[in-house]
Amino acid sequence: MSDIAKAFDHGKAFIAFLTCGDPDLDTTERLIHAIADAGADLIELGIPFSDPTAEGVVIQEASLRALSGGATAGKILDMARRARAGAGVPMAVMTYANVVFSYGTERFLDKAAEAGIGGLILPDVPFEEKADFAPFCRARGLDFISLVAPTSRERIARIAGEAEGFVYCVSSLGVTGVRDSIDGDLDAMLGLVRRAAKVPAAVGFGISTPAQAAKIAKKADGVIVGSAIVKLIERYGKEAAAPVSAFIRAMKEAMR
Amino acid sequence: MSKGRFGVHGGQYIPETLMNAVIELEAAYEHYKNDPQFNAELNDLLKNYAGRPSLLYYARRLTEKLGGAKIYLKREDLNHTGSHKINNVLGQALLARKMGKTRLIAETGAGQHGVATATAAALMGMDCEIYMGREDMKRQALNVYKMRLLGASVHPVATGTATLKDAVSEAMRQWCSRMEDTHYLLGSVMGPHPFPTIVGDFQAVISKEIKAQLLEIENRLPDAVIACVGGGSNAIGAFRHFISEGSVRLIGCEAAGKGADTPETAATITTGRLGIFHGMKSYFCQDEYGQIAPVYSISAGLDYPGVGPEHAYLHDIGRAEYVAVRDDEAVEAFELLSRTEGIIPAIESAHAVAYAVKLAPALDKSRIIVVNISGRGDKDCASIARYRGEEVSE
Repeated sequence: MSDIAKAFDHGKAFIAFLTCGDPDLDTTERLIHAIADAGADLIELGIPFSDPTAEGVVIQEASLRALSGGATAGKILDMARRARAGAGVPMAVMTYANVVFSYGTERFLDKAAEAGIGGLILPDVPFEEKADFAPFCRARGLDFISLVAPTSRERIARIAGEAEGFVYCVSSLGVTGVRDSIDGDLDAMLGLVRRAAKVPAAVGFGISTPAQAAKIAKKADGVIVGSAIVKLIERYGKEAAAPVSAFIRAMKEAMR
Repeated sequence: MSKGRFGVHGGQYIPETLMNAVIELEAAYEHYKNDPQFNAELNDLLKNYAGRPSLLYYARRLTEKLGGAKIYLKREDLNHTGSHKINNVLGQALLARKMGKTRLIAETGAGQHGVATATAAALMGMDCEIYMGREDMKRQALNVYKMRLLGASVHPVATGTATLKDAVSEAMRQWCSRMEDTHYLLGSVMGPHPFPTIVGDFQAVISKEIKAQLLEIENRLPDAVIACVGGGSNAIGAFRHFISEGSVRLIGCEAAGKGADTPETAATITTGRLGIFHGMKSYFCQDEYGQIAPVYSISAGLDYPGVGPEHAYLHDIGRAEYVAVRDDEAVEAFELLSRTEGIIPAIESAHAVAYAVKLAPALDKSRIIVVNISGRGDKDCASIARYRGEEVSE
């Protein structure tokens, strides 16, 4: 069983995303420990990209703050290695294709594997292009995590059939960011995913409240939350550990 | 290797949410591109609405002044809306309508593509939303007004460098949230497959006409075709029918800004590295960590950190040459063409004129150069005046 799959071992998984280096890497490292202690089952480490085309304004701005603070892929993976050794929670890296490609895909994945990273998520690499990355992940024991969207329809069987780690189900149209309601037809999407996938299905994009998390945890194996956490970090900066912990505890509680 | 490749370049590096939209677009294009009814409608629009064929004009005074090769100008500036952009826009808007779409969205840099898209939307009774960098809206205020006059909404994009690349990113994000009734009318030979192919095909009318017109006037092929390159659509249009004619030099002029050896440049092929961005693998101006670089050019239409994948490939195989032209050289060419021929070119096209000014004297008088005047320069007069220290109110 892969490191990522273990995240789904103890009930519904809560998956937390944060942009590394926002506001600085020391804070990110403290936040990772706080997020793990608060009960998150998997942490997605966002490596910032200058032009994140799948992100809403919250993560766009966090990415720019992190980059202007000097965060780089190399520094983030060094930090992740220390954090992973201390916090016993599985971790995946989420970033954009050019960050990995520019570093050198194999060199990047060597370093990620050494750091104890279990998976890679690239929102700008669909099924058709995954051959650029997935085989190199597999060779190092990392899962290349695939996304399905409300528009995927007949594509779901193929994508989910080859999925590794978990299937990242995009809840609704549009980019990342807090939404008042999740209006996509989740039941239909999850039905198609489960028919084809051998791995769990987690839902993300737009989820920010315990009520939403509770509702989605009834249908899916995991709930992914990004922008709501990044917003807390934007607001509280270096003092974000306590409010982020409290938020995650409330979300976990609602998902029980 | 996935679809839409030009050598290693191209592909479809986009969020899963958009994949079925580009697959449907490709299927529709493959169907309609050979459909006689579609082509009849498009050719009618190109002829009776856009004013094609555009002239191929012998620039006698410029030729005599430079004292070398004969210079012909392909007058895309004479098209309706004032640039080559209308060729692609009419094709894609017609295709979108056949697909049942009722709403067009587009990015724009200098505003030429935005104006062309707003024009087609008005003509076809479609809704239109344009995304434009806030900085570019300041530089090109007249075009912003034109788009609004034509019934489009213009949305300022304030993220990143607030220029063309950010406008493309924002248009992609907006398309992600609404595809059912909306076509993203991409304006250059870039982005995910099938856009580089579709846009290149619709722009290929430029070289098709050049070839026929020059055969009629001179009974021969040109020795060189010169065009400016941002994303590269007017250049692919001007090159396409000459790619298989090995005797014709194809020269793309990138914007060097303040110099290709300075950070204030947009010369992608000259200074960039292979990367993956905006849906494609190609060359990009980027830092050592793969972060996209903030590029600069006096020309808002060439101010883009990437280049279309077909250009990247033509560069790799040595079929086309790419040169970098600085702001000051482009401004001089802008003024020179105005004074010698009475033709005010777009500052983008002036980059191509500037290279012709260097090349023509080095060639024998029996040689022929065609320069693609991709657009007209009215939109640039205020900013070039400002560059020369003169305030002109628009």
